[in-house]
Amino acid sequence: MITFEHVTFTYPDAHAPALVDVDLEVDEGEFFLVVGETGAGKSTLLRAVNGLVPHFTGGTLLGTVTVDGVTTRTPPRELADRVGIVGQNPAAGFVADTVEDELAYAMENLGIAPDIMRRRVEDVLDLLGIAALRRRPVSTLSTGEAQRVAIGSVLTASPRVLVLDEPTSALDPGAAEDVLAILTRLVDDLGLTVLLAEHRLERVVQYATRVAVVDAGQRVVAGTPATMMAGAPVAPPVVALARVAGWNPLPLSVRDARRAAHALREHLQLLGPPSGSMPATGDAVAVVSNLAARYGPNEVLHDVDLKIGQGEIVAVMGRNGAGKSTLLRLLCGLARPAHGSIAIGGVAPHELGASALVRKVGLVPPDAGTLLYERTVSDECVVADREHHLPAGTTSATLDRIEPGVDRDRHPRDLSEGQRLALALAVVLAPAPPLVLLDEPTRGLDYSAKARLAILLGELAGMGHAVALATHDVELVAEAATRAIVLADGEIVADGPAREVVCHSPVFAPQVAKILAPAQWLTVAEVKAALAS
Amino acid sequence: MRPRPLHPLAWWVWALTLGAAALRTTNPVLLALLIASAWIVVAARRPHAPWARSFGAFLRFGIAIVVVRIILQMLFGQRLPGHVLLTIPQRDLPSWAAGVTLGGPVTTEAIVAACNEGLQLATLLVCVGAANSLASPYRVLRAVPSVLYELGVVVTVALSFAPQTVTTVAVVRDARRLRGRPSRGLRGLRGMAVPVLEGALERSLELAASMDSRGYGRRGDVPARRRHAGQAATLGGAIAVMIGVFGVLERGAPGVLGIPMVVLGGALLAASLRAASASATRSRYRPDPWRVPEWMTVASGAAALIALVVAGRFGIDGLHPLYSPLRAPTLPVLPAVGVLCASLPAFVTPMLPSDST
Repeated sequence: MITFEHVTFTYPDAHAPALVDVDLEVDEGEFFLVVGETGAGKSTLLRAVNGLVPHFTGGTLLGTVTVDGVTTRTPPRELADRVGIVGQNPAAGFVADTVEDELAYAMENLGIAPDIMRRRVEDVLDLLGIAALRRRPVSTLSTGEAQRVAIGSVLTASPRVLVLDEPTSALDPGAAEDVLAILTRLVDDLGLTVLLAEHRLERVVQYATRVAVVDAGQRVVAGTPATMMAGAPVAPPVVALARVAGWNPLPLSVRDARRAAHALREHLQLLGPPSGSMPATGDAVAVVSNLAARYGPNEVLHDVDLKIGQGEIVAVMGRNGAGKSTLLRLLCGLARPAHGSIAIGGVAPHELGASALVRKVGLVPPDAGTLLYERTVSDECVVADREHHLPAGTTSATLDRIEPGVDRDRHPRDLSEGQRLALALAVVLAPAPPLVLLDEPTRGLDYSAKARLAILLGELAGMGHAVALATHDVELVAEAATRAIVLADGEIVADGPAREVVCHSPVFAPQVAKILAPAQWLTVAEVKAALAS
Repeated sequence: MRPRPLHPLAWWVWALTLGAAALRTTNPVLLALLIASAWIVVAARRPHAPWARSFGAFLRFGIAIVVVRIILQMLFGQRLPGHVLLTIPQRDLPSWAAGVTLGGPVTTEAIVAACNEGLQLATLLVCVGAANSLASPYRVLRAVPSVLYELGVVVTVALSFAPQTVTTVAVVRDARRLRGRPSRGLRGLRGMAVPVLEGALERSLELAASMDSRGYGRRGDVPARRRHAGQAATLGGAIAVMIGVFGVLERGAPGVLGIPMVVLGGALLAASLRAASASATRSRYRPDPWRVPEWMTVASGAAALIALVVAGRFGIDGLHPLYSPLRAPTLPVLPAVGVLCASLPAFVTPMLPSDST
């Protein structure tokens, strides 16, 4: 269905090619997963399938890409009836103003007869379970709904190939399950070929029929999920646990791993319950009492009482739109409470001036790049020192502690996701705010970058900072958080040690906890350490 | 009536005839009635979409116009005789601005006149605002002939651009505050321009990629020769019309350059539009129907306009209040009834379908 023959692609003005001599064959009806570290060239590979690379990006593509018998020498629009592509930020690609019109847009361009269009829109509304959204303006959709509508908007053209770039990265665990269920249904029932890239392997690898790894040399190797996962540079916790326990064949899903884990569970039971209780917390850094917040006409939060102490790492969880980001925005003074009070070190953050605020609380937004303005990393550090009246070199030293070896002459936009996050974090941490907030810090981070982030958060807590992070990433919570809060319907519905909160929830439990339940193990590293002792 | 959105062009025709009616009177009572009619309809038939919230902004803009008009009148305006309210010190302007006076006595009459004229402009604006919040811009685009489709896409992209830019500005402003930088004032503005433009550019590229991937601008199987012939006809027609208009307006031009050229150009344009429409590869999903409620909406706007035009022709008093001596405005019956007709769409058009079904 899709064939790459000796494809080498170089972006304009790039020193090295983004893809080197790729030979790849994707058969009809495959659920084909592309994995690789951040910036390895996954998106480039996907966008080459319908010719967005090179027609849209420029650059030189050697070799041929063929889809359903047509090469991508024709521009993407001529392939619209063969390939449907959904980008990382689906909402940015919406053209029409209501869901129904958005679904019809591709068909209108293809000149499909009105009666067929009518029928297909109804079919796709049912297939994706979005019939209730049909008259909603696209701008009012939640992230999960937008993702499903975006999939629908390419499905109506009845393509044979569906290409998705990180379809679940912005979704909460529940919405991610919905989207993946739809994709597997499209493959199983309709024989569609699905090609997708994803960092959250724990969510998708069990559905894949084959996996391609884009390695550091920009080469692509494909094989069955089990063989590829055995040696891949990135692996979900279930695979990492299997490597530690030496299971063969390699399990890819929690179900398979649980069946293989009988012996391990018994062994671990002898070793006693996992250690590592909540560390003793110091003085309260942030005190929130009886807080309510509004967003437009809607009450997003109400009756929130919360204390965050020194040395705590608090994970704020909950479904999309539960009020996680709003809580962080309130804590750092970007929003005003409708009711109740917030005190950071005794002061209400929204009443502080900008320069006083950064010494009390720092926030890294979901897109860390928005915090960075300068042309080079070193300029960014120098400006941050000057603005906060810090001794020269403070920010640069902070950056070295977080992520050593960031090239000081590069433009912040050219850094990898992990490095950019590190730089933003360094800028925020330089004035040493007692409270550090991170909103969705793992978007676009691979496993190794996430592991480094978890270690860093631990260090920050060790130095006496209080850390709060809003995230969907249960594996990061498992590795880093000491305490977890679950928000639902504008209220705190669970608050306690991270281990207990996540293990008691089927939605928020990390893979290791699901495999080793009822014992409350959270991470592979814990298990490994327990086995070694 | 089954709930459905009204044809967007019906709303625009209704609003524009209402605006044209506003240009025929400076009677503040009639103008207020016009605004009230538009307001009633907007309140009854405005959908729950982001673009539909613009009506309030248009109302505020209208008030601003009245205020600015009064201030300009006080500073530079014509000196109407009458009751002097206050006197602004007069300044002599340099010779290049001869004929313009700055300052001088300000009379009640002058202010009332300015207020009425400002209100007229504000009413026109409110009518446009009403159309803006009643008719979905995307649906307007879908109603235009497919030859003009490309133009329409530019308009939609521009329309979606504004609200998205507002979002980007908010994100960038937050980021600046998080960095402890000024987010307001001139310095704040300078620091924000580059990131906001960058964000806008990135989003446009993403949108363009999405549109292209979904078949926007497909050529279909129209042979190149026919396409080129069509383009040549369009261009030739436009040039012929231009020459013709020049011929009509310029007295000394030979007669053949006048009306005949306009006719020839018009025919060429019509032929090319027709040919292009016939060979267009696009189709339309659920086009809005044009039924009785659409006719009634258009008729109700026309009633207001006709009432005012007829009243003007027959010299009915009260369309343009007199300022000396200053009197309370009267309410002429025929125009008032006509203007009230314009609020009928609030009752005769189908309800909007609810968002969640």
